[in-house]
Amino acid sequence: MNLFKFSSPQTFYSLAGTLAPVFGVIAAVLATVGLYISFFAAPTDAVQGEVYRIIFIHVPAAWMSMVIYLAMAFWSAIGLGLGTRLSFYMAKALAPTGALFCFLALWTGALWGRPTWGTYWAWDARMTSQLLLLFLYFGHIALTNAIEDARRADKAGAIIALVGAVNIPIIYFSVKWWNTLHQGSSINLTKSSMASTMLIGMLIMALAAWAYSIAVTLVRVRSIILERERRTDWAAAEIRLQGAKA
Amino acid sequence: MNWDSFAAFIDMGGRGAFVWGSYGVTLALIVAELWALSRRRRDTLHRLLRLQQLDTDRSAT
Repeated sequence: MNLFKFSSPQTFYSLAGTLAPVFGVIAAVLATVGLYISFFAAPTDAVQGEVYRIIFIHVPAAWMSMVIYLAMAFWSAIGLGLGTRLSFYMAKALAPTGALFCFLALWTGALWGRPTWGTYWAWDARMTSQLLLLFLYFGHIALTNAIEDARRADKAGAIIALVGAVNIPIIYFSVKWWNTLHQGSSINLTKSSMASTMLIGMLIMALAAWAYSIAVTLVRVRSIILERERRTDWAAAEIRLQGAKA
Repeated sequence: MNWDSFAAFIDMGGRGAFVWGSYGVTLALIVAELWALSRRRRDTLHRLLRLQQLDTDRSAT
């Protein structure tokens, strides 16, 4: 299989159309199983009681917000290096979903912090760097929409994505590097301090977030491809065909 | 089974507002994103189709 074939917007447009519903279904199934575990299979926490159940959204959302930003940086680097238009479209399609998960990480963190630490918010390193990530997402979205020349907008967005990626290891390691109110990570590759049912539930919810993000990004990139490629013959034909139905 | 009753499930050990505030906003934002996505697709197609028709009209005259 020639992977470069899929760097063509036309080929990727139809591939994305086929894959998006598949990932959508996977996300729905995983979320159903994950939610069942979150509320019914996972036991009450000995220390925190029921409020800990926020973890099943909080951790997957926080992970996803970092992964999506890294994916944007990856596509931006490919776009700048190889000049592939589709890479920039992918970076742009990822940003709103990344911002959504970043906001959810902050929101659920605040609602979890209040009953367990006694405060919704603290300016500690983990929370501040996560808030910065939200502003980076907003900056990417605003900048790429504000610049009229699409190619310049792509490049400006790519620079934000690449420079801002420095913030990701800062978020991840902040709980080690600084003395934060936010607790250290409960799991890493070698050991886990969580009960296994809780851990499995959290991992399934994280996979659901992955599948969801892939599905919505693929749908969004299809609109971006049509907008940007509308002068090509195939896109013009697709617009005539689908535009009449829509 | 963690819950004796539906009321206990909603109450979440007295922390219902925090737990459901988290899950509720998550659900609302996901629904909003899906709605915005389907709207965007429709709006894009309408707009691009009109642009295309304007281009054709212009080249015809």
